[in-house]
Amino acid sequence: MFKEEYALMQTASPAPNTPATATAPMADVKMSARQVRVHYGDNEALHGIDVDIRRNEVLALIGPSGCGKSTFLRCLNRMNDSIEGCRVSGSVTLDGVDVYDPALDVVQIRARVGMVFQKPNPFPKSIYDNVCYGPRIHGLTRNRTELDEVVETSLRRAGLWEEVKDRLAAPGTGLSGGQQQRLCIARAIAVSPEVILMDEPCSALDPIATAHIEELIDELRRNYTIVIVTHNMQQAARVSRRTAFFHLGNLVETGDTETIFTNPGDQRTQDYITGRFG
Amino acid sequence: MSFSLTLGVLLLLSAAGYWVGRSRAANLVARGSGRLHSLPSYHGFYVALWAGIPAFVLLLAWGVAGDRIVEALVLAGLPDAQTATLTNSERALLLAQIRNEAAGIGFGTPEPFVAAAAERLVELRSFSAWIVSAALIAGALAALAWALRRLAPDLRTRNGVERTLRLAMALCSALAILTTLGIVLSLIFEALRFFARYSPLDFLFGLQWSPQTAIREDQVGSSGAFGALPVVWGTLFISLIAMLVAVPVGLMSAVYLAEYATPRVRSWVKPVLEILAGIPTVVYGFFAILTIAPLVREAGVTLGLSVAANSALAAGLVMGLMLIPFVSSLSDDVINAVPQSLRDGAAGLGATRSETVRQVVLPAALPGIVGAVLLALSRAIGETMIVVMAAGLAANLTVNPFEAVTTVTVQIVSNLTGDTEFDSAKTLSAFALGLLLFCVTLCLNVIALGIVKRYREIYD
Repeated sequence: MFKEEYALMQTASPAPNTPATATAPMADVKMSARQVRVHYGDNEALHGIDVDIRRNEVLALIGPSGCGKSTFLRCLNRMNDSIEGCRVSGSVTLDGVDVYDPALDVVQIRARVGMVFQKPNPFPKSIYDNVCYGPRIHGLTRNRTELDEVVETSLRRAGLWEEVKDRLAAPGTGLSGGQQQRLCIARAIAVSPEVILMDEPCSALDPIATAHIEELIDELRRNYTIVIVTHNMQQAARVSRRTAFFHLGNLVETGDTETIFTNPGDQRTQDYITGRFG
Repeated sequence: MSFSLTLGVLLLLSAAGYWVGRSRAANLVARGSGRLHSLPSYHGFYVALWAGIPAFVLLLAWGVAGDRIVEALVLAGLPDAQTATLTNSERALLLAQIRNEAAGIGFGTPEPFVAAAAERLVELRSFSAWIVSAALIAGALAALAWALRRLAPDLRTRNGVERTLRLAMALCSALAILTTLGIVLSLIFEALRFFARYSPLDFLFGLQWSPQTAIREDQVGSSGAFGALPVVWGTLFISLIAMLVAVPVGLMSAVYLAEYATPRVRSWVKPVLEILAGIPTVVYGFFAILTIAPLVREAGVTLGLSVAANSALAAGLVMGLMLIPFVSSLSDDVINAVPQSLRDGAAGLGATRSETVRQVVLPAALPGIVGAVLLALSRAIGETMIVVMAAGLAANLTVNPFEAVTTVTVQIVSNLTGDTEFDSAKTLSAFALGLLLFCVTLCLNVIALGIVKRYREIYD
């Protein structure tokens, strides 16, 4: 059923991106998913997702609640592994290497594909220790000076340095919600990941903090590939270059954000974007 | 009429009040005198409470004070010649004699004035019981009628009933607090009697404990020594051994259960661990004497050490076993309370399971774990049965775990069992030890609860 719709979408959609017959040059594709299905017990939550994520671009995943966009995001760095009764099939590749290859260490994948969560979740440690946690466990730095540098760069990139440079030893849980989320972004950046997955990073934040994070995503695009799940369509329009619309466990269509928002190829996308459901 | 019969009648009246009140309220609505402020059942409870509670409280008061009043009347009715010269204790003795006579369990033939008083006591008792019961039931009926008359659609019975319930709950919690207070006071008074005979400083810092006091003047060791330090040390030493067993094992099993075990394993292991917590400590005592102590002895002999039959090690080991489920169950709760988002955060950075546990989960749970350990420690210090059975009686100030030591609880038990006279320092010393024990465990509990509370403030 999905395939028919997908074919329909491809003929109807003017979007330049057609995953199965990649028109974009291979070098441009950072991660790609093919026929990704996820089962929770007997329940199929994702019905075969095909999508390419291009290097240094922001891909937004939108769709109504429960459509599987967060589940899909978590497939990209195998965060679903720890969920009881969850099975993933199909293939996800990172630079052409299968992420689900049993010979591969999941820890390495997660170091390359970082993640920022819906609710800010700083560790109950100091700001400094929060940021240097990743570099420490992966042994990325050789001495204290290098570690200090990593912490400073990461905090600067996350736009938090000026606010916290005088209190790096203060607990990370004492920051405001928006600052905590930027701390979590800094923590993710500190490992130098290639891809950053963001699961509704602004849903727990106020508008000003949200604006901060959105600016930050715009900055980060230069160095990282970013996949962001969001409920906020204005946000998707503001920060992403391409958008994928999920509905009931299907990927309905993928395309340039502008096209999706102005001239969607599928009726369901049109309905969702104009607010008829969701 | 007897106390219980009166109580039964009052309960019946109260129940009747409920039904009458409820139907009266329902009638009020049916007659169309407006909407009720409260549901009919609240009106019912309102009448029932008015009918039941005041009479019940008075009945309780009579149950406590009634006998005294009657007995005072009987004593006052005795001929002056018999009572004028009596001291207080003689008066109490006389009263007991009259009471026994009235109950028909007196010795021999009583003096005529005692027999007369006993007869009078019996008469007064049954008479007063009738009067009081009748008065109470009449009062309850009056209150019932009064409450019924007050029922009106806009009477806020709902609020009234809730106020009464709130009061009842406050009384229940006050009962717990008052009991604690009573226990502490009784400890303090007896301990003060001890300290009147033995200096508190010598008690707290003395190095020798030998509570045997002489019965005759010429006996050897006629004055006991009550330096509590060796006893306190014994308690701490055994507790330390117990914690050395319970904390690592309990903590590891908690981490395993909370972080690694599959739900299937968890659903088996956790109940089994909790069975360990349900074993009576006296059974642990058997285990210590019959199994562990001989094992420790043999192990010591193989190593060429001399081991006492009641070694501190054996008692400590078994107490440690007893505390494992305590530590693991509390720590398991604390570890489970660490938000999943922290684990996800660490996993998202590429941390392995054990790195996540060691560097994120355990530090986050640490205050709670410390609280759990302190609670376990205060249980170890107060634990009695295992040490009574497995630890020694001799107060040794030693750090050799193969020697016998004694504990505060053991000394309390041994000084208070058997025929004891309440005016000897030996018996009274038990209360001083009890007070000491109470203070130590109280401090530990306060500290533990404080830490646990501070921990909760972080995540809620």
